[in-house]
Amino acid sequence: MSKHTLSVLVENRPGVLTRVAGLFARRGFNIHSLAVGPTEVPDVSRMTVVVDVDELPLEQVTKQLNKLISVIKIVELEPSASVQRELLLVKVKADLQTRTHVLETVQLFRAKVVDVAPDAVTIEATGNAEKLEALLKVLEPFGIRELVQSGLVALGRGSRSITDRALRSA
Amino acid sequence: MSGHRSGNDAGTTSPSAHAHDGEAMTGAASLVRSLEAAGVDVVFGIPGGAILPLYDPLMDSPSVRHILVRHEQGAGHAAEGYAHATGRVGVCMATSGPGATNLVTPIADAYMDSVPMVAITGQVPSASIGTDAFQEADISGITIPITKHNYLVTDPADIPRAVAEAFHIAGTGRPGPVLVDVSKDALQAMTRFQWPDRVDLPGYRPVARPHGKQVREAARLLVESSRPVLYVGGGVVKARASAELRRLTDLTGAPVVTTLMARGALPDSHPQHLGMPGMHGTVAAVTALQKADLIISLGARFDDRVTGRLSSFAPHATIVHADIDPAEISKNRVADVPIVGDAKDVISELVLAVEAEHAAGRRADLGAWWTQLDDFRRTYPLGYTAAPPGEVSPQHVIQRIGEISGPESLYVAGVGQHQMWAAQFVRYEHPNTWINSGGLGTMGFSVPAAMGAKVGMPDRTVWAIDGDGCFQMTNQELATCVINDIPIKVAIINNSSLGMVRQWQTLFYNERYSNTDLHTSANNVRIPDFVKLAEAYGCVGLRCERPEDVDATIEKAMSVNDVPVVVDFVVHRDAMVWPMVPAGVSNDDIQVARGLSPTWDRED
Repeated sequence: MSKHTLSVLVENRPGVLTRVAGLFARRGFNIHSLAVGPTEVPDVSRMTVVVDVDELPLEQVTKQLNKLISVIKIVELEPSASVQRELLLVKVKADLQTRTHVLETVQLFRAKVVDVAPDAVTIEATGNAEKLEALLKVLEPFGIRELVQSGLVALGRGSRSITDRALRSA
Repeated sequence: MSGHRSGNDAGTTSPSAHAHDGEAMTGAASLVRSLEAAGVDVVFGIPGGAILPLYDPLMDSPSVRHILVRHEQGAGHAAEGYAHATGRVGVCMATSGPGATNLVTPIADAYMDSVPMVAITGQVPSASIGTDAFQEADISGITIPITKHNYLVTDPADIPRAVAEAFHIAGTGRPGPVLVDVSKDALQAMTRFQWPDRVDLPGYRPVARPHGKQVREAARLLVESSRPVLYVGGGVVKARASAELRRLTDLTGAPVVTTLMARGALPDSHPQHLGMPGMHGTVAAVTALQKADLIISLGARFDDRVTGRLSSFAPHATIVHADIDPAEISKNRVADVPIVGDAKDVISELVLAVEAEHAAGRRADLGAWWTQLDDFRRTYPLGYTAAPPGEVSPQHVIQRIGEISGPESLYVAGVGQHQMWAAQFVRYEHPNTWINSGGLGTMGFSVPAAMGAKVGMPDRTVWAIDGDGCFQMTNQELATCVINDIPIKVAIINNSSLGMVRQWQTLFYNERYSNTDLHTSANNVRIPDFVKLAEAYGCVGLRCERPEDVDATIEKAMSVNDVPVVVDFVVHRDAMVWPMVPAGVSNDDIQVARGLSPTWDRED
């Protein structure tokens, strides 16, 4: 099984998230992460879904998604041809002895400290999945109190826009 | 931005669709005008609190006839039967809460069998949505997985567009059910009616024209094959492509199998027709698929009832899969040549491509294949073991109904043994004459669907061939039939059991009959007495218990045409449906009788 990133343009209407999530659930497709938000076009939202499937089932996922009337267009974004980013907020144990080491790590990863407490710091980092995984690995020995990840968002590299081509007439 | 002409693409858009544009009216009146604009001629439904405002203007509609049913499930199945028989979008309506949830079964049924249907439900006032109000149910949420699309309308200005889109979605591409849920305040508020000129759905662009290169490749494979089979499914009936199929069949000389949803797409009398494939298909049809080197699938979906164990299905075959829904292609079996398109277009183009191959001197030689196929047909014809003397064979009854009523009649079955026998022993010569619940397999489908079919085709004889178990689920619609002059004929194949379940208990559970005894005829116990029940509804009730009375009883039923007729055919309880490929088993292990499989002398 491998991870594939799908960028899905959907109608910006109530219930669309339910329709997509429901489809994945009942067809047994595994969602690794899902992020959704508005686009540059008022009536259109973009969903970035990372699915955990083999090649043939991915084709089924895409075709079933396309059957939803609310789904306008689906594009797979390959890591090599797209910019993929995720936001991470992590609360790490950091007392007087370990704080400097933690802050060093923050510097190395070009992350930021967004909260400080006597025995913990909260770190904000953005990057692709590999970078964030690496950061977490380094922070683990200090003790991770709490962690939240936003889910991947991605855009294709270059000057073209999938929204543009999708809304031009069929 | 391109769009599609609005209206019911599977029927007619009313020429006066824009006659009321700009008029001020209530949302309810706007909904009625919208149904008229969409070309609706009949709606099946039951009023209730939330949908009450709609029923007032409905009473005065010059073109929409509302038929009051006795259970919303009956309304849904009637809309389906109407759609199956006519090819037009069937329409049903119900109130909020329990009215709407009673439509769930027929909506799921329509979804599984790709039946064009629009269901309209009332909803509590929009301010009350989400408060657990009286008769509130999130029907749009509940039906998301079983509709092509659905709408929740709370602004009366949205009503005409929602209706136009609903009919467009239901009747185009792969047909299916669409639900429109309208809040009570939207029905009561004032609005200005405006029927949309175009329907524009950026997320819905059904493909119709197939890719020329794929079609030519399919034609090339056909003329080079030695053992081709045309595997024909319900999509060919929905595309109204019987004439094109006939042309392709004659041109190629290939054998044809018609699935449970496609019976009648090619006449049973055609010499190249091997019969129905699948779990209870003919030996010739099932074996032809197993031994084929090329399968051309037209409007079929490689359903598990047809394929048996997928890993051993059609092991030698190259697959050409033509379907209007791209998601079906390579879903269950990888397609070597995928063709996305409407069956009518695909088959027409395939005919031209095959003609081109023939003109270039390339033609398949199927002599050896037909020798084999004729051997299968001759050695393992469809048949049945006669019931013991004095008892009635259910297969015989069904066969005689088909023979006496004829191929112009419509036959609507329930689900179970009787359904399989009706698919096997009635000879279908035309499409849209065999109507059943295939994908969902809904018991209780028969009577209301027969009612809907008769309303859609009032000049044809309509037989509901039902089981004693199924009949007890929806027979209250007989009242609807009597009151509204819908004279269907109902044959209850009464074996006093849930027959198909009983068959499985006979074969796989050591004849331990757990909860399959219905007490409707065995040992002269009749709970209920179907003849008395029929008469209580105002129908003619007949009973047939002896083999010598079968023909006369059918003739008597044929002679009554002013009211529905219900015939209680008391049949042999232990009749079995053969052939059979049990679930999860390979098609190679087809059984023609208990513990008996065909023996093959020759290798390929």
